Amino acid sequence: MEKSISFILNGKKVLVSCNPLKTLLKTLREDLHHIEVKSGCEQGECGSCTVIIDGKIVNSCIFPVGQAAGKNIITIAGLCKKPTLKGGLHPLQKIFIEEGAVQCGFCTPGMILAAKVLLDRTLTPTDEEIREAISGNLCRCTGYSKIFNAVKKASVFLRNEKK
Amino acid sequence: MKKTISKKLTRSVIPRLSMDNFHSVGKTVPRNDVFEKVTGIAKYIDDYKFGDMLYGATVRSAIPHGNIKSFNSDRALKIDGVAAVYTHKDIPGKNEVPFILNDYPLLASDRVLFHGQPIAIVVAKTPEIAKFAAKKVEVTYQELPAVTSVHESLKKDAVKIFSSDNIFRKYDIVRGDAEKAFKNADVVVEGTYTTNYQVHSYLEPQGMIADPTPEGGVVIYGSMQCPFYIHDAIVHILGIPQNKVRVVQTTTGGGFGGKEDVPSIVAGHAALAAYLSKKPVKIIYSREEDFQSMSKRHPGYIEMKYAADKKGKIIACQVRYILDAGAFSTLSPIVLWRGAVHLAGPYNIPNVKIEALAVATNKVPCGAFRGFGQPQTTFANESLMDELAVKLDMSPLELRRLNMMNVGSRTATGQKITRSCGLEKVVRQVVKKSDWDKIYLPPEKRDGTIRTGIGIAASFYGVGLGAGGKHLDRAGSYVQIQKDGTVLIAIGNTELGQGVFTVISQIAAETLGAPYKFVRVMKPDTTRVPDSGPTVASRSTLMSGNAVKNAAGIIRLRIDKMVLKMLGVKSGVVKSDGKNYFLSANPKKKINYQDVVKKCYGERINLTSSGWYTGEDVTFSQENGQGNAYYAYSYSATAAIVQVNTETGEVEVKKLVSGHDIGKAINPQLCEGQIEGGVIQGLGWALTENLVLKNGIILNPSFAGYLIPTSSDIPEIIPIIVEERYGDGPYGAKGLGEPPMITPAAAISNAIYNATGWRTNELPATPEVLLKGTRNRHGSREHGTDTEL
Repeated sequence: MEKSISFILNGKKVLVSCNPLKTLLKTLREDLHHIEVKSGCEQGECGSCTVIIDGKIVNSCIFPVGQAAGKNIITIAGLCKKPTLKGGLHPLQKIFIEEGAVQCGFCTPGMILAAKVLLDRTLTPTDEEIREAISGNLCRCTGYSKIFNAVKKASVFLRNEKK
Repeated sequence: MKKTISKKLTRSVIPRLSMDNFHSVGKTVPRNDVFEKVTGIAKYIDDYKFGDMLYGATVRSAIPHGNIKSFNSDRALKIDGVAAVYTHKDIPGKNEVPFILNDYPLLASDRVLFHGQPIAIVVAKTPEIAKFAAKKVEVTYQELPAVTSVHESLKKDAVKIFSSDNIFRKYDIVRGDAEKAFKNADVVVEGTYTTNYQVHSYLEPQGMIADPTPEGGVVIYGSMQCPFYIHDAIVHILGIPQNKVRVVQTTTGGGFGGKEDVPSIVAGHAALAAYLSKKPVKIIYSREEDFQSMSKRHPGYIEMKYAADKKGKIIACQVRYILDAGAFSTLSPIVLWRGAVHLAGPYNIPNVKIEALAVATNKVPCGAFRGFGQPQTTFANESLMDELAVKLDMSPLELRRLNMMNVGSRTATGQKITRSCGLEKVVRQVVKKSDWDKIYLPPEKRDGTIRTGIGIAASFYGVGLGAGGKHLDRAGSYVQIQKDGTVLIAIGNTELGQGVFTVISQIAAETLGAPYKFVRVMKPDTTRVPDSGPTVASRSTLMSGNAVKNAAGIIRLRIDKMVLKMLGVKSGVVKSDGKNYFLSANPKKKINYQDVVKKCYGERINLTSSGWYTGEDVTFSQENGQGNAYYAYSYSATAAIVQVNTETGEVEVKKLVSGHDIGKAINPQLCEGQIEGGVIQGLGWALTENLVLKNGIILNPSFAGYLIPTSSDIPEIIPIIVEERYGDGPYGAKGLGEPPMITPAAAISNAIYNATGWRTNELPATPEVLLKGTRNRHGSREHGTDTEL
């Protein structure tokens, strides 16, 4: 039942040979060694495995890899080219650090990607839109307060950068 | 003896820094593990792969109570890729997971006591094959009746799950003469309170890898809070010497107590399979399996009475407190103890009588969860405080102010509070920041369909393990300055997300006079420092902080000597700004930190040291529950502002103002993070998190059925930090991890009462519970603690 499936992953074309019903999460983690995509529930409920597919957030744990064929997929590793401690981070990553929006870090990659999809759509999100945009990504550590502040601050930063 | 030595070190070795002029302590610096977390490169246990690794899956009991009639793994073993199936018969050491009472078998032998109890481990080439094969293992049972409520379990003729009475542990705390005081009281209030389970819901599920070593030992890597607990467990299970077992923590995706005790089971299974198969074995739990078998917050059942005089002075408190511990005791005895010691609340009450019981039922074993019994007891005592205020015709605030603890007060265990008590300050600030005076109105003066209410709850929290766990309450450290000036630190406490590595780095940087950015804390590893106890009870900053401060202080003395030499002076007070050293008498002449380190290495000065810390002695009498239970207490209060829809019973929390006296905030932003995260766990427990069981079986073991708060449920949160310095804490710090979880639920429940006049004695306060309360509001309702359908 193996099939060749190709898609764009973080800007590069990749080819995998696997059962098209295998989840995208398992394909990314096991076949392509993209361990930055985390597995929290495998039931599509927690958002730890969030990736961006053609501009939309997707829980990769319930997404069959067969459906990813030809699509453009971004993981947290695709957000910045060569990050170092001194620079190269995406503004969202930088501001998550400044605002103290990270604790255990397990939800963080998915959370930042969910926020990115929102900010790609609008740089003037309402408070309600921010809450809504990350509501599919569970976090048990932070109480979301600092995450919310970080997303809000990032929207202002990116807005100013655009001007 | 140890105590005296460590105390002397603290006082004489540490450079006399001006308390208000820190370069690292008290500053919001970025966490030192944050880069790998925002880029996704941090490695959690499931991100590791070893060559020739096998994967384990657990065969679990399909029933809540029964005898195992037959076990057959033939079909599983025939599946391609299955390497072995291990049962209790294969355990080389003892078939016990050592917690406190050692009643929990690693793998069931003849009897199962809860649905989900481990019976066998299947190992295979892939996790999928292992899970598939685990389902093919055939187990037949002779079913026995399941005891699912504590009340049923306590009956004389009940089926016996543990010992002859189903009681894992009982404590009595007796101070003064409560019975006499109740007879003479002007006002008496009483209530019965029940609380449901809470599931930790850490985002990273439980997981371990065990790697066998050529010399017949095993190395454990995994998601954990307490490497030394696991170390003890593996030695016990495999029957091998302690120096053949090594436990290393990997980046851990949340714990909240859920990775305190039960990871010893996961690690025990992985270690057994690795030891026997001679191959690395990885076990990662599915979310469903994690829900079904791992520990929970205990359901609580609390009958409580307060007696007061006419003026509102509380004269007595009487309580019967029962925890539903589930099938095995794990940490229930000590969870019970903490709740019992704090049961009378943060009030000065001369007569106290508390009876506390941890009772066995045929349900998932409960264990450690942030707050450790105190959220349950605080819900009861703080709800009843409000009832007392109503009866006395006082405001809830006035009553608390009249009775709250201060220096000179005594706790229920008779302990005199002698220092560092900031409760009054905490309450004052919480009242101010919540606009209490503007918002508070008695419930009878509120009307309309949607009503606003405000409520408050306060608590005190013994930092560390206290007298209940004092034999474990020590911490070691190893600090070394490398040749380039960077600092490596080994401690025994783990980073779970709370930020302890950052706090420890700040303490080390401050003491050494090194830049914060130069300091790195290594992942805890049992071969690096002596058993430093568990990472629980808000103890890491205080215990590991002091152990690191002691070690760094020893190194700093050597550095100071070198600085004096380099400056060509015989004596003087050496200070640091975090980059340079200088004499307090001549701050303009500076010597660079790295130059001093280089010079020390050149002159063969030892810039490494180990450190050790044990706290003041603590006591507890088994007879009457009297003694100095803890050496220090943190103090907390939370005000909640809610809106209640009186037609639908829906509650929206609008604001949570949560204040905490923690001695000293080493990193204010991390402290805020602890408060915000804790109060939202409290909000979830208060309103939405509702685990449902039927005949001992969990019906909603997933995030789809068990609702933890999402970003859409979050009110405005105002964290407040009060600093009543604790002289024996590192730079005055006490502890903060657990307290933020303790008061919010009671505050929310009191706010619901203030909005509507509905008193709920049951958590979670779902719309159904609240509306049921409006129909039957006379006296306290009867609830089972097992939340059966």
